[in-house]
Amino acid sequence: MSVEETGYPPFPAGETLLARTPDRARPDQGGAAEPLLEVTDLRVQFRRGGRRVNAVNGLSYRLPAGRMLAIIGESGSGKSVSVRALMGLLPETATITGSARFDGSELVGLPEPEMRGRRGADIAMVFQDPTRSLNPTMKIGLQITEAVRAHADMDRNAARDRAIELLQLVKLPVPERRLVEYPHQLSGGMRQRVMIAIALAAEPRLLIADEATTALDVTTQAQIMELLLELQERLGMAVLMISHDLGLAATYAEDVIVMYAGRAVEYAPAGTLFEHVRMPYTQALLGAIPRLDREPHAPMPSTPGQAPDLTALPAGCPFAPRCTSADEQCADEPPFAEHEPGHWWACWHPVRDGA
Amino acid sequence: MTTVHERPTETSESPLLRATNIVQEFSVRGAAGLKSGVVHAVSDVSFDIHAGETLGVVGETGSGKSTLARAIMQSPRAKSGEVHFQGTDLTRLRRRKLVAARRQLQMVFQDPFGSLNPKWRVSELVEEPLVGYGTSGSNGRRQRVRELLDLVGLNPDSYGRRRPHELSGGQCQRVAIARAIALQPALIVCDEAVSSLDVLIQAQVLNLFERLRSELGLSYLFISHDLALVKQISDRVAVLHLGQLCEIGPSEGIYRAPRHPYTAALLASIPTLGAGSGRARRPKPISGEPPSALHPPSGCRFRTRCPRAAQKCADEVPQLRESAAGHRVACHFPLDETP
Repeated sequence: MSVEETGYPPFPAGETLLARTPDRARPDQGGAAEPLLEVTDLRVQFRRGGRRVNAVNGLSYRLPAGRMLAIIGESGSGKSVSVRALMGLLPETATITGSARFDGSELVGLPEPEMRGRRGADIAMVFQDPTRSLNPTMKIGLQITEAVRAHADMDRNAARDRAIELLQLVKLPVPERRLVEYPHQLSGGMRQRVMIAIALAAEPRLLIADEATTALDVTTQAQIMELLLELQERLGMAVLMISHDLGLAATYAEDVIVMYAGRAVEYAPAGTLFEHVRMPYTQALLGAIPRLDREPHAPMPSTPGQAPDLTALPAGCPFAPRCTSADEQCADEPPFAEHEPGHWWACWHPVRDGA
Repeated sequence: MTTVHERPTETSESPLLRATNIVQEFSVRGAAGLKSGVVHAVSDVSFDIHAGETLGVVGETGSGKSTLARAIMQSPRAKSGEVHFQGTDLTRLRRRKLVAARRQLQMVFQDPFGSLNPKWRVSELVEEPLVGYGTSGSNGRRQRVRELLDLVGLNPDSYGRRRPHELSGGQCQRVAIARAIALQPALIVCDEAVSSLDVLIQAQVLNLFERLRSELGLSYLFISHDLALVKQISDRVAVLHLGQLCEIGPSEGIYRAPRHPYTAALLASIPTLGAGSGRARRPKPISGEPPSALHPPSGCRFRTRCPRAAQKCADEVPQLRESAAGHRVACHFPLDETP
């Protein structure tokens, strides 16, 4: 492949699409504005062989329009389950309670036919593995036009033009040629761009990126994150990013929620969270990330134990058994509250600055 | 723990492992089974690993990291090149001799569940290599299994009788490590051995690798896509791009002042949290897509994405040249030494 084919356009493509996109200027961040998504005391429980798995245990947050929020946590922290609950993508073994209001209307308990109308149109999702999300036997063009025509009454030619626009928007080079290619002919990063194009087909106001860059190389990850950031800004779209990577969240998201054992344990604007970390769990995560400024063979700060069994959660703070500052008070569940302006945490013994 | 296995005496010049001009290619068959192309997975890669040393190998997907590791293990054998391990060329050994030599050369894989037989108990899994190499009687083996489980931080009484599905990912990886060290190897090849673990567990397992290195005098060939992780565990680092070795040298030097534009681009792509300040540095993405290994560009394979590329890069394959003590770079227009 020549340089012209592999190199992405130096300046933003997709002007035509933007010209048609209704103006969705970012609301000022005064805080008074109605949030686009407001999740209150969301709980998800799975039935599994007579036992109950408490996957999400009272999660609350607000996402204003046009903002990027990251939910981070380890495997089993409930980060993915909590967003799938919003999208109605959980199996029937799940019991969802609490509230999730999108633009004022309730999502929890919405019957499937109505959910179908919202999925993709209002809220779209991009998953971790673009290879498994795309149909290997269908050409890219058909997969995109299928999404386009599911949401708008368009003939084939119009849908094809729209597909080309979408591919330009996600900066896929030579979009006309991609339409007639199959997923296996594209690289992982290009496939993820196609997935994003499909997600943008109905111009959603909220894009959920569930570990959308985890399967990609660092070089490609940076490209895709830059693309998401640019789309968020230019389309005025809110982005809910699910990740296990604190570094990635700190770099791109405006707000960050840290989850542990199905609960939010810390929530703050990214800068605040990382400069004034309060929750010992967040601090442990930060310490465990391999860093370029550490010397070779330097021992990693180690947190003993493992994440709690979600079928038998301990009373009180779920992190207490692994926490160095835990004492008898931690047997009572610490409230998740706004202890400092804009900074929420759930801990009796928060980390002090400089500790 | 028994004493560290006696190793053949080595002079300071002879490395534990010397890989020379490793080439691995796979043919791709198209319609009707006809040969339609060749994947150039590893092209002319050479490096040494000294006793007690950890060599990190980094690169993107498809850079040939895993293929290189497997070529060292002789499974499958490289198309050409030599692998001298403890003074013997593994590429010339067959069957029983190769099996005997591999006793000192073990591997830990990425997927902790996939690499353990789900029907076996932990004690059986750890005992298997001991049985395979006919180590002592069953009592001696049972004792050794307990030692090994202790060594990797699993209580033999509570974990010995469990099966893999009753373990977490980190615990499975500890079992895989116990298997790998059971025969007192000199070198362990770790292929993305901590990549699928959560960060807190990853830190635990990394510390375990470091402890075993100092206690048992192990050497590692540590493959990972995570550059920061590789820096923390490695004495030296090799950077692979599309089967070619771009740069190799002491990790401190490579990370402080990368000479190859690809290494610099990789480093610039990682989101990193600053030392004191919380807000992370925004990565500068590299432009373009990695080229195909089926039709790699001529000359330097990074040239299609390289900001410094010139005509010479298309005409000539850059050879590794020493740029500082032990630091070698394969680039016609390397970056300045000062960062």
